[in-house]
Amino acid sequence: MSDLLQISELSVCFGQGPRVVDSLSISIQEGETLALVGESGSGKSVSALSVLRLLDERHVRYPTGEIRFRGENLLTVSDKRLRQIRGQKISMIFQEPMTSLNPLHTVEKQIGETLALHRGMRGPQARERCLELLALVGIPNPESRLGSYPHQLSGGQKQRVMIAMALANEPDLMIADEPTTALDVTVQKQVLELLQELQQKMGMAILLITHDLSIVRRYADRVAVMEKGKLVEQGNTQRLFESPQHPYTRMLLDAEPPAAPATSPEGQEALLQVTDLDVRFTTQKTLFGKVKASFHAVRAVSFDVTKGQTLGIVGESGSGKTTIGHALLKLTASTGSIKLSGQELATLNQKQFRPWRRRIQIVFQDPFGSLNPRMSIAEVIEEGLTIHDADNLANHEHKVIQALKDVGLDPDSRHRYPHEFSGGQRQRIAIARALVLQPDLIVLDEPTSALDRTVQKQVIQLLRDIQTRYGLSYIFISHDLSVVRALSHKLLVLQNGSIVEYGNAADIFQAPQKAYTQELLSAALFYQNNTTTN
Amino acid sequence: MRITLSPIQRRRLQNFRANRRGYWSLWLFLILFGLSLMAELIANDSPLVISYQGELYFPIVQPISDETFGGFLPTEADYRDPFIASEINDNGWILWPPIPFSYNTINYNLNVPSPAPPSAVNWLGTDDQGRDVAARVIYGFRLSVLFGLTLTIASCIVGVIVGAIQGYYGGKTDLLGQRFIEIWSGLPVLYLLIILSSIVQPNFWWLLGIMLMFSWMGLVDVVRAEFLRARNFEYVKAARALGLGNRKIMFRHILPNAMVATLTFMPFILTGAITALTSLDFLGFGLPSGSPSLGELIAQGKANLHAPWLGISSFVSLSVMLTLLVFVGEAVRDAFDPRKN
Repeated sequence: MSDLLQISELSVCFGQGPRVVDSLSISIQEGETLALVGESGSGKSVSALSVLRLLDERHVRYPTGEIRFRGENLLTVSDKRLRQIRGQKISMIFQEPMTSLNPLHTVEKQIGETLALHRGMRGPQARERCLELLALVGIPNPESRLGSYPHQLSGGQKQRVMIAMALANEPDLMIADEPTTALDVTVQKQVLELLQELQQKMGMAILLITHDLSIVRRYADRVAVMEKGKLVEQGNTQRLFESPQHPYTRMLLDAEPPAAPATSPEGQEALLQVTDLDVRFTTQKTLFGKVKASFHAVRAVSFDVTKGQTLGIVGESGSGKTTIGHALLKLTASTGSIKLSGQELATLNQKQFRPWRRRIQIVFQDPFGSLNPRMSIAEVIEEGLTIHDADNLANHEHKVIQALKDVGLDPDSRHRYPHEFSGGQRQRIAIARALVLQPDLIVLDEPTSALDRTVQKQVIQLLRDIQTRYGLSYIFISHDLSVVRALSHKLLVLQNGSIVEYGNAADIFQAPQKAYTQELLSAALFYQNNTTTN
Repeated sequence: MRITLSPIQRRRLQNFRANRRGYWSLWLFLILFGLSLMAELIANDSPLVISYQGELYFPIVQPISDETFGGFLPTEADYRDPFIASEINDNGWILWPPIPFSYNTINYNLNVPSPAPPSAVNWLGTDDQGRDVAARVIYGFRLSVLFGLTLTIASCIVGVIVGAIQGYYGGKTDLLGQRFIEIWSGLPVLYLLIILSSIVQPNFWWLLGIMLMFSWMGLVDVVRAEFLRARNFEYVKAARALGLGNRKIMFRHILPNAMVATLTFMPFILTGAITALTSLDFLGFGLPSGSPSLGELIAQGKANLHAPWLGISSFVSLSVMLTLLVFVGEAVRDAFDPRKN
């Protein structure tokens, strides 16, 4: 087989900055899948985008190297020729299906655009091809979907439409930039299977960019590992997974979280008792404020959290898991009973609830959004103390320092601002902000899903340490079952706002009772099981 | 003490300086404004310092009676009176400001009928009542800028508060607030001003109050949008989860976001306020007659087309002031533009 795409000695930098990609050399053969893996910031997306010269030409520079597609150097070809290659010979699917489709165009128009551009197909002919493509990517009832707008499709369907657009002209190479990161586990599996199937059918090559090694093992023929813009290792998937040569590859492979939570003392009383929690969001009101239609986000959910233990809440997006977390903190209005150490909280108003906030804290998903960029770390962490411990001003600094030590950050860095920290460090800061108030319960709302696998593992380790040290209880909300397994003593499986299964985490992971749980587990742990059996 | 700037503020300052036109406009404007604040020392009908019989007098600071200089009247001395002038010059000296007229001084010693063309005495000529145009331009500039600044700051405060409340609480508050603004902004401001000026004699503060009633709405939309967006930020939710009160959340966590939009708008609101005052004065519904106002000078220029120095000096001073402010505004906008680096 010949080289379809050959990238040799490619370096990329932005403006006068350092090289983001440094002397990268990889090649892709016809019909094969090459996975480009690495942590965020390792330069994998930049390399992929430079293949089609999609980076902002005003800022980007290519000091060395060339990208040859069938012998043609894409870095020097004319814009006209490049446009012919884009979408025709090489197509691309992006990470975020929500934003990569134009919200104002119907599915037919989006797919038709590429057809008209490269093949001159219009009218009924194009329509037919659209239907064919939609059927190919497994969209049920394609006729009715032609006129749909992106907001009428689910995340998985949008990604399928993106794939249909990319396939429209039967390209020789498809670049998939984290195609499944934004999707639920069950959907993720379907999309990847689809890509593999289509590849076999059409014989195209795929450049798969991902940070998730479990996907790679299953779907890639060869793997290239990047670290800080440099290629550190590449080789056959089988070989790479069995005998990784470079320490960085070994670290990536070793980043699977542990399989069971830390043991907790037995026979503790229940800290939090929730009965019949119900949340409705009003979607339509009459002029006089009477509710006409509402969305039932959480339906009669009941659970307990034992002192010193973790309750894991899992479910796909839209299942209401985050809403439960917000309802517990009264960030969302709810009905039902919430008892903390026997005291009813549901009946308190915002002002009466304020002193209780000290005891229940929350850590959010997005480490970039949850810290005010205008406040230094010390100010961020101290803010809670100024409300709940206002009389003891002299002690604040000491407490802030202690909290930073607890989360493994250097206390001397407390006068710096959030943007100077990495994602993992920011999440540690967010944990410190919760921890400094010495709460009894922390609601962890997907605290690790925005982080790289290796960082994820560190944060999980940190959470486990803190739990054993201070006897804290957690409510751990996540869609990532391998992470949930590492922390949870009990597990609550949600679907469309209702409990599907609730019980001991170990039991559910061993023998899930309900079909939905089985499906969820099999999709999520599919790759891991593969790893252990191979 | 050195003020430490966060990196983002430093970058903004750098961007502001990088817009050289705006940067120099700001300096030029500040110098002109600073000079006009000292208008009494530049253009005044009282001398700055008088030395009379070995003693120093400062007529600007306190009035000095006619009797001091050998006159008969207990009232303030008229330094233009040839008798007093020669009396003082014989026994000491007089230091006049560069322009020996105040904004309301009438020059009775004109050799030509007023409006008199520019001369060595009246650099920009006089208006149709024999008042020195240069002095009136300086005082008028000061009054315009002061009025504009006060109105801008006041309408920013009101606008930000209203926008913040609407955006933060959303829902019914927002709905009612927005409808009120729609109705309120439909009121004909000019007619209201004309009606009001027939009831009360408008002075600086009356005009400010009336115009403030309508000018605060300009900022509400931007601030409201910013608050609507920011109230769902995770760090705002985190602050609520910490138990922070609404007022503190608005002030500490959301307001800084809205300040960017507010500061960007401010120079343009300022130019708008100055223009509004000028046009009212031009129409005769503005400041009481006799006040130094650029609008009134334009009106005189229009009435006396044969005296082009009236129209030209008001035109030049207004256009310089407004152009400088627009340039500054552009530089501020650049400075806060996140896409510039």
